[in-house]
Amino acid sequence: MSDAHMSEGRSGANLSVPNADALDKAADVEGRSLWQDAFRRLQTNRAAMVSAIVLIVMAFVCFVGPVLVPWSYEEIDWDILEAAPPNFDTGHYLGTDSLGRDLLARILQGGQVSFLVGILATSVALVVGVTVGATAGFMGGRVDQILMRFVDVMYAVPLMFFIIILMVVFGRNFYLMFLAIGFVEWLTMSRIVRGQTLTLKNKEFIEAARASGGSTAGIIARHIIPNVLGVVIVYVTLTIPQVILLESFLSFLGLGVQPPMTSWGALIAEGAQEMEITPRTLILPAVCLSTTLFCFNFLGDGLRDALDPKDR
Amino acid sequence: MTSVLEIENLSVSFTTPDGDVEAVTDVSLSVGAGECLGLVGESGSGKSQTFMAAMGLLAENGTASGHIRLDGIDLLSADEKKLNTVRGDRIAMIFQDPMTSLTPHMKVGRQLAEVIIEHQGVDKETGRRRALDMLDRVHIPEAERRLDMYPHELSGGLRQRVMIAMALMCEPEVIIADEPTTALDVTVQAQILDLLMEVKVNLGAAIVLITHDLGVIAGLADRVAVMYAGRIVEQGSVADTFASPVHPYTQGLLACTPRLDVETEALETISGQPPNLQSLPTGCSFHPRCPHVFERCQAERPLLERTPSGQSKACFFNAAEAAE
Amino acid sequence: MSDPFLQVRDLKVHFPVRTGGVLVGQYTPLKAVDGVTFDLNPGETLGVVGESGCGKSTLGRAVLQLIGATDGFVSWLGTDLTSLNKKELIAARENLQIVFQDPLASLDPRMTAGDIIDEPLRNYRPTLTKADRRKMVEEMMERVGLLPRMINRYPHEFSGGQCQRIGIARAMILRPKLVICDEPVSALDVSIQAQVVNLLMDLQRDFGLALLFISHDLAIVRHISHRVLVLYLGKVMELADKSALYATPRHPYTQALLSAVPIPDPTKERNKDRILLTGDLPSPLNPPSGCVFRTRCPRATSVCAETAPVLESAGEGQEVACHHWRD
Repeated sequence: MSDAHMSEGRSGANLSVPNADALDKAADVEGRSLWQDAFRRLQTNRAAMVSAIVLIVMAFVCFVGPVLVPWSYEEIDWDILEAAPPNFDTGHYLGTDSLGRDLLARILQGGQVSFLVGILATSVALVVGVTVGATAGFMGGRVDQILMRFVDVMYAVPLMFFIIILMVVFGRNFYLMFLAIGFVEWLTMSRIVRGQTLTLKNKEFIEAARASGGSTAGIIARHIIPNVLGVVIVYVTLTIPQVILLESFLSFLGLGVQPPMTSWGALIAEGAQEMEITPRTLILPAVCLSTTLFCFNFLGDGLRDALDPKDR
Repeated sequence: MTSVLEIENLSVSFTTPDGDVEAVTDVSLSVGAGECLGLVGESGSGKSQTFMAAMGLLAENGTASGHIRLDGIDLLSADEKKLNTVRGDRIAMIFQDPMTSLTPHMKVGRQLAEVIIEHQGVDKETGRRRALDMLDRVHIPEAERRLDMYPHELSGGLRQRVMIAMALMCEPEVIIADEPTTALDVTVQAQILDLLMEVKVNLGAAIVLITHDLGVIAGLADRVAVMYAGRIVEQGSVADTFASPVHPYTQGLLACTPRLDVETEALETISGQPPNLQSLPTGCSFHPRCPHVFERCQAERPLLERTPSGQSKACFFNAAEAAE
Repeated sequence: MSDPFLQVRDLKVHFPVRTGGVLVGQYTPLKAVDGVTFDLNPGETLGVVGESGCGKSTLGRAVLQLIGATDGFVSWLGTDLTSLNKKELIAARENLQIVFQDPLASLDPRMTAGDIIDEPLRNYRPTLTKADRRKMVEEMMERVGLLPRMINRYPHEFSGGQCQRIGIARAMILRPKLVICDEPVSALDVSIQAQVVNLLMDLQRDFGLALLFISHDLAIVRHISHRVLVLYLGKVMELADKSALYATPRHPYTQALLSAVPIPDPTKERNKDRILLTGDLPSPLNPPSGCVFRTRCPRATSVCAETAPVLESAGEGQEVACHHWRD
């Protein structure tokens, strides 16, 4: 038997004393993927973990909470009809707004809208951005040129104009807003994915896959997509807060959700008008919004740190 | 010979998310004026980190303990200000990749001149003249024109010459060359090795040559130290070490290097994998790959000791005893 | 021999490189491989040596048609690979595999060792069951010196040498007839290089493989090859049997290359005569006229600038492209 044959750990197998090789014998049956590694690193990042938990709790409360709150978000308490302080007897745990609607119920409902906008609009951006980016990057040539010039043109369109015109033409539709924001956010996503695909395309393992007889579609599915996913996930977590903020901004301008429905942005707008009289109506939704954005950003940073080291 | 640079019980460790890693353990070395010390080892053996510590260039998560003395000044305990007056002036480094160690957006002439302006306080005019002299001395053709070029406009071989010129600007007492020819093609490597030989002979500086290439060591070094898993396992004169290596790792390394001058039937190998610094074997780090391993090697760590032949090795195995 | 195994004839690979023009690009061909001709026999190892930028990696990829050829042809068992369409090419690659230089970069970081080695089987043996394939993968891992129990590990959990073994297992699992080795050991530590070289030689003997061994390391090429091809700026300088090339190199470039390799023996290294080449490799975008080596050649004369030398016989099993090899 040749020396090469004898290598790889077997060299020490005849020793009675446990060596490093024997020690990890038990551990190496199941390998640890990069995902598992990243998750393990993420778990050691306290800020990111706390943020993730806070986000989960907030989302849960926003979607389940309204069932437990005695008032609904649109119901006006005709006995009050003004901004009243918290009162446990009437069931307004955080008080009411200037029209006598329950503030807690409205904050929870606003949270639902904000989370939904964040997730749905980002999903639109994700699907469109990854498809366009991966296609442009992998096909290259003319396809790439056309798609990327289109993206450049879109970048040049002022975002606010675009959305305002959409709102004016099609009316203030809740779902239209998701689409509008999503269609704006996919631009950056597609650029990121394209860049990643370009680097990956020239990696030796893609060449190896071709030498192993892989087809183009097979290579994109088996090798390109799993490898861009890490970057995409990080970008998604950073896009969600951007979208939430954008929605809040639109609502603040009065272009967002229609009353009596509300969102955190709309609540802040309303609260801002009465902040001298009842600062509570401004501060509470503002705190919720800031906390959420803060947590998403922390989580995104944590994910980037966790996913990055092996990619570099 | 009086030693210019002395390293005593140097240990370097790095804090990583996966725990602390000791890259260099208890290394003692010295280099004298006009002497060339070769430091051989494979990747991860700690050969580069030993001298990165000496230059105060360890990565942020690295810490060093022990002593590194340059002519009485302890470089490890020196503050940044003191270190800056020494670095580049009395001790200089030549890196493997000249492209990343030259500033890309600054003309070659200015980069060279700045070294000397900073350390000797000469004016710009003198700086430029000295830079030109130095480029001539490292045999860069059309030196005048090269002064006004950016690093990326030069070929790999010329860039490495510029790096060497930069290291020589202040005529340092110690030059550390970290894999100076690894990124170069063989024909260019031969040119650079010739230049280093010239520097050694003419300048009388102490040169530390860090490389994985035994051939490079054979051509240039006077003494050689072999590192494995962060420790020195063998040390001796180049003639002795290549003629009769005393540590099994050095023996294996020499045997498994394919040679141009002799026809080999089958290549010898060192079995097993390079050590993982995070989970080093007990006792002697080399024992899982060693052909002469016996019980003591697994339990106890051998220290670097002198052999009767005047070499040093960190190994319990004794060929003479074994033969009996 | 009845059917020619691998014939490469006047192979050219040129890349258009943008060299100027603001709006309308101006392109100059970069002649990475420029008229290379050689044969390879079954079970033989042809070493391809040269410095960086000489086109040796491009040559290897062009033989597999991973990079399209600009001109010339690559004949594999009588069929011209350059004329095949995508589908036929994929079918032909079953017998043609490649091992890459960077062991870690050539393995998909998100796949397990088992899946990586299995990939050619998935593509070429769709009728096999999963269990059959797994068995074959485990056997191959064993054969290349990896423990089959490591099948579920990921590339980053292996050392460089082990990663290269995975790459070799992937290339060998279909039992190909020709494997291109593109600097398979240059990224590895010295002590691991020898293991991998021995493994390749073992596999070659057992499977009757032909190898195209691309490397810049002349010592390793000497050890593994039967014949050696010396490339410079995309052109063949010398093609000779190993013994002839290393004993009596005819081309001044080969001589300079051989004399430049450091020998791990202080006495020999310090006393040998080195032929020092001056200058650096010229830009392949603007190669010298006539013989491409003339700008660095110690023997260059006016004739070298005028006509490019052709490969001519310089003794038994030795061909050289130089006007002055007899001097």
